[in-house]
Amino acid sequence: MIRLDALTKVYATLQGPVAAVDCVSFEVAEGETCVLLGPSGCGKTTTLRMINRLVAPTSGRIFIAGRDTGAADPVLLRRTIGYVIQQIGLFPNMTVAENIGVVPRLLGWSVGKRRRRAEELLGMLALEPAQFLDRYPNELSGGQAQRIGVARALAADPPVLLMDEPFGALDPVNREVIQDEFLRMQRTLRKTVLFVSHDIDEAVKMADRIAIFRAGRLVQFAAPDTMLAHPADEFVAGFVGSDRTLKRLRLIRVREIMAPAAAGDARVAGAPAVAPDDDLRRVATLFLEHGLDVLACVGVDGSLVGHVTRAAVAARLAAKPLR
Amino acid sequence: MKHLPAAPRILMETLTFILHNLPAIGERALEHISIVGVAVGVAILTGVPLGIAITQSQRVADTVLYLGSIVMTIPSIALFGVLIPILSKIGQGIGWLPAVIAAMVYAQLPIIRNTYTAIRNVDPALRSAAIGMGMSVLQRLARVEIPIALPVIVAGIRIAVVINIGVTAIAAYIGAGGLGTFISRGISQTDIRQLITGALALGLLAIACDYALLWVQRRLTPKGTPLRPSPP
Repeated sequence: MIRLDALTKVYATLQGPVAAVDCVSFEVAEGETCVLLGPSGCGKTTTLRMINRLVAPTSGRIFIAGRDTGAADPVLLRRTIGYVIQQIGLFPNMTVAENIGVVPRLLGWSVGKRRRRAEELLGMLALEPAQFLDRYPNELSGGQAQRIGVARALAADPPVLLMDEPFGALDPVNREVIQDEFLRMQRTLRKTVLFVSHDIDEAVKMADRIAIFRAGRLVQFAAPDTMLAHPADEFVAGFVGSDRTLKRLRLIRVREIMAPAAAGDARVAGAPAVAPDDDLRRVATLFLEHGLDVLACVGVDGSLVGHVTRAAVAARLAAKPLR
Repeated sequence: MKHLPAAPRILMETLTFILHNLPAIGERALEHISIVGVAVGVAILTGVPLGIAITQSQRVADTVLYLGSIVMTIPSIALFGVLIPILSKIGQGIGWLPAVIAAMVYAQLPIIRNTYTAIRNVDPALRSAAIGMGMSVLQRLARVEIPIALPVIVAGIRIAVVINIGVTAIAAYIGAGGLGTFISRGISQTDIRQLITGALALGLLAIACDYALLWVQRRLTPKGTPLRPSPP
């Protein structure tokens, strides 16, 4: 869906030319979320801004749905790409409805259609339309404003979404909530998302693929589980942290390693249990808290569906990742 | 009234003068307003676009604002002196036209400077968002930057109007009419009644215009922006 081909950006500085982005190539499939990860100044934001041509590449090409963006009119191109920035950038002179309607208006939608679209998006983001449509940005909390920022980017239903540290300015609790909301929306919308972050936990949570950058170069491009299990080098290992195995626990669901219950098995009353959709962080927590080696796995109705063993967890962590 | 002490007597005489000359005062005020109105109107049409244009280049902006500041230091009476021989070539050496031109020149700097500052002070994140969402330069100016900058631009226009009311008062000396006529005649005829009448009318006109424009400024301030102007 999005393909970067030897993308390079060189800036002239007093110390001579510096490559902010150095020959970066990767491809993100349709409907996937790719997190561009790395320390500040590593070129991840510059890479993102070259995709909607806020920054002109020095060399290399970018293809969206097979079309070379270098040949497109930048203004028209940007209307087909959703864009969310950390500072949100809601226009203070416009109401929430008008902010969400910015790109639809540029595309010539009628007033009524823009308002209906804003209502629909607010509903999707769990914000009561009647209460928020006519508010101004200075009447919103940080979390609400960032949700409107996401709604504004989605307004014209663009296939591609660029998000530049979108949740970076939120407090940790709000960030978790809005991340979960975004993931839930993304499950139905299936946008192709490029997401800049410097937070490994956020990357592991949000990404189908992680592109990790260092000094303008792409160091590793892999699924989160692969990156955590097999960091390409010392830098990646250092960046993902020495607790990378613990981080992998969040990526694995109980149902993946569960042994189905045999006929006649019964749940021990009062013993701790997990659900098939829980991730292994909960399993590990219960193992450690209760000194267990095996846990019951129960369905929504409380009936026993299987077991998870310590050995199964170890085997899964040792196995070559599936992706 | 001869038996009254000096100060109240002068006051009474001035009041009588004003009451007997109301139509003339009105006529002079209209002349004054026409000069200021035309001058500021033209200055808005030139100053606002120029103020926006110079946001594109720091060097050009510095030069323009520097030249503007120099112009502001020229005494108005000196500027009239320069304009008289030039405009005499088209038979307009004195009167309405040089007054309007001088007033327009003095109105430029506050309008250009406020426009430039207001546009420059628009949050870069808003500019970034506007460009990233696919606004053209003109759409960005019309929908984001100018609406946000408008209260500060109008504040510049308020300053220009008040400066111009003063400049136009001096234009009475080159036969432009206006409320300054009462002052110039009051001086030449040592008539304190005319002097006070002129000063009073000019002060009231300046205050009235400032309040009227403050109202405009408030009306033009977008609801969501924190920059609600306070009264002077």
